Amino acid sequence: MKSSSLSYPPKSTSRRSFMTTASAAGLLLGFHLPIASAAEVNTTSGTNGAEGPFTPNAFIRIAVDGRVTLVMPQVEMGQGVYTSLPMIIAEELDVPMSSLMLQAAPPSDALYANPVFGVQATGNSNSVRAFWKPLRKAGAAARAVLVQAAARRWRVPPDTCTTSKGQVFHRVSGRSLSYGALAAEASAITPPADPPLKAVKDFKLIGRPLKRLDTPDKVNGKALYAIDIIPPGVKFATIAASPVFGGRVGRVNDRAARGMPGVNQVIVLSDLVAVVGDHFWAAKKGLDALEIVWNDGANANVNTAGIWSSARSASDRAGVVARAAGDAGKALKDGELVTARFEMPFLAHATMEPLNCTVDLKKNSCEVWVGTQVCARAQAIAAKVSGLPLDKVIVHNQLLGGGFGRRLEVDYVEKAVRVAQKVSGPVKVVWTREEDIQHDIYRPIYFDRLEATLKDGRINGWHHRITGSSVVARWLPPAYEKLGDFDAVDSAVDIPYDIPNKRIEYVRSEPPAVPTGFWRGVGPNNNVFAIESFIDELAKKADKDPFDFRLDMLGKTPRLKAALELAAQKAGWGSPLPARRGRGIAAQVAFASFIATIAEVEVGDDGEVRILRITSAVDTGIAVNPDTIVAQLQGGLIFGVTAALYGEITIDKGRVQQSNFNDYRMLRMDQCPAIDIHLIKSAEAPGGIGETGTTAAPPAVRNAIYAATGIPLRRLPIDRDILARRKQS
Amino acid sequence: MPTLTINGAKQTFEAPDDMPLLWVLRDILGMTGTKFGCGIAQCGACTVHVDGKAVRSCLLPLGAIGTKAVTTIEGIGATPIGNKLQQAWLGLEVVQCGYCQSGQIMSAAALLATTPHPDDSDIDAAMSGNICRCGTYVRIRAAIKKAAGPHNV
Repeated sequence: MKSSSLSYPPKSTSRRSFMTTASAAGLLLGFHLPIASAAEVNTTSGTNGAEGPFTPNAFIRIAVDGRVTLVMPQVEMGQGVYTSLPMIIAEELDVPMSSLMLQAAPPSDALYANPVFGVQATGNSNSVRAFWKPLRKAGAAARAVLVQAAARRWRVPPDTCTTSKGQVFHRVSGRSLSYGALAAEASAITPPADPPLKAVKDFKLIGRPLKRLDTPDKVNGKALYAIDIIPPGVKFATIAASPVFGGRVGRVNDRAARGMPGVNQVIVLSDLVAVVGDHFWAAKKGLDALEIVWNDGANANVNTAGIWSSARSASDRAGVVARAAGDAGKALKDGELVTARFEMPFLAHATMEPLNCTVDLKKNSCEVWVGTQVCARAQAIAAKVSGLPLDKVIVHNQLLGGGFGRRLEVDYVEKAVRVAQKVSGPVKVVWTREEDIQHDIYRPIYFDRLEATLKDGRINGWHHRITGSSVVARWLPPAYEKLGDFDAVDSAVDIPYDIPNKRIEYVRSEPPAVPTGFWRGVGPNNNVFAIESFIDELAKKADKDPFDFRLDMLGKTPRLKAALELAAQKAGWGSPLPARRGRGIAAQVAFASFIATIAEVEVGDDGEVRILRITSAVDTGIAVNPDTIVAQLQGGLIFGVTAALYGEITIDKGRVQQSNFNDYRMLRMDQCPAIDIHLIKSAEAPGGIGETGTTAAPPAVRNAIYAATGIPLRRLPIDRDILARRKQS
Repeated sequence: MPTLTINGAKQTFEAPDDMPLLWVLRDILGMTGTKFGCGIAQCGACTVHVDGKAVRSCLLPLGAIGTKAVTTIEGIGATPIGNKLQQAWLGLEVVQCGYCQSGQIMSAAALLATTPHPDDSDIDAAMSGNICRCGTYVRIRAAIKKAAGPHNV
């Protein structure tokens, strides 16, 4: 895989070469990181002039030498979009994958906004979903123009021409022309607004488990993440913000730090302290040598217990009704009312690549190297802090060492630019893991109240009240104003079961002090956990098998019904298990995918939970790259299991108590269950998959524990003491 | 001026004796294939080999290395085991975001050097120090077995 470095020279002769000519998989491909601003990526249709490359739209550039560069509107953070999105374009454009170079999109909401969000953002499992049609049309329109250009040159009707592998053919006369040879003429033709698309049956690329374009350089140390960028002359910095949320710097004694070898500067801002040095080690040692007195401020007494107490009382009041059907009030009085409350904790993101941002701030320009899920927002915040106009702020977006929603925020860019204002020359700001965990923007706590009545073994009345912070209100205010917090109620308002009388409400309750943000799985995580856990309790009340209970109510959601039946079959549902072993189901519609998951667990006498196997059956519509779908589900399930078993951020005296992987525990190889994924073939439009597994795992595991022990857990993470203690009683 | 033998080549540079090898590699020598993940040897992203043994370079001071041979992800592919692992990693499409994978491959290579046909418990023991947030453990396990090849007893 070829990857082009930015134009700085290597720091030493041992610095690895960026250029290789062939990947292990035999694909010749390029990975071109933007050097200049958006000006280099011309985006107006077909008006580049005779010399320039053919750029029919914001996503495709074809050079006269035939090189095809695709501009990626979504970022690669492990979910494989740097392969699936090129596959979509290449399919309609009819170019081989091996001819592709990729370029991360520069910052631009106008050109690269995600069609669903309206802003340039990667998240919510919708890269393929949102760009499916637009990229197909982009590829098809470009192909149509190339055909037209060839037809004109040959003076034949366009419909007598065909395309294949980057060439136009006129079979009757045996003539052919490469796209490169046609690029100049093609630039003069306006692309059609609504070109016909390939029939699904004619797909050559889509639906095949093609090898990813970005992975070869990720197994040999060559792939660059933002944390790896080293501009010439760069200084290295690390920062500490107030341990108490919202606190300010009181005073700093930096005498010891200043004397240390390699320490260049100590920067004291109102809310954070930075140490700049010749390398990260010097900066970190310098930071550790500072004596900082913080003014803790108003939040010095905030703690988790108080936050929960507020959330619980907030949930006593009626919320905004997000969805209603039938007469829930009446139905809930008809028969025995079953109730449950579910509590889900703060969670940190803990991407493997700690937060970092490199800034070269000059008088009239600002150059930023970062891994961000929101490139235009990164540019905007750098412009705001520096006071420079947008067109003087260049953002080089890199491969992300994990996003999970953390990199939907630009706080770390903002802080880096403020540090850079005090540094002469480029500065690379790298957070310690402790800073990363303690200054996260956390998945908020959620408190869910569920009530239901049954009739003839089915749910008749249903009330779901969701209480928690609104991330949407802060992150996308125009959407919140128009739609309310659609994320907080996602998968709750569209609960797949056929329930005639239901009311779903949202109560906005903001925790004091703690900043909240999107976390992989977003709203569906919390709602599916509460709903699917409650469903099992209702099944028990109805004296029905959890599988049968669900199946009977999925008449209106055949795609989920089919997934549930397949999962149950593959998991051996109903076959006998020894004591303290159980299977649990989670069935959900989330991110436009239909997935049924069955976990099999064993609960030890000490309450320790061993997850033996997870089986998922998923209908995610057309699977652009089926291997990626399987990988995303495997990974998402593990992400969800980790949260279910261990995930909890607690606050005491206004500060986060966890700090690193020793006390914010992660699932590791020796606890990883066997995972079987079954894809259901579908011709429907692609659904989302990046977060789907994360949502599915916790309720499936919780229900398996319920089956194994009879204990209905009502909060996450799983409390082993409850599981052990009750066994004894 | 300290000298280290890294991937078979001698490197001479300026750095204090207490500087962890991780930062020598990344910030002094520009060899960024070895990654920073936690700084307390809990995540394995910084794994290198010292005389063939897997070591967390974030806690290995420069002064403790001496003349021992250091191997990093940039050099492991030149070894038969490293090459086999990289091929298996790509063949099974192990990688998602990829940030942890340098450390994963280095830990796996050290395992195969001592245990050519590891069973599941060998893999658990050798690999549980390497965190993958993307959750690629299932495929890592399969790729190690694939690289190890069939075991003819």
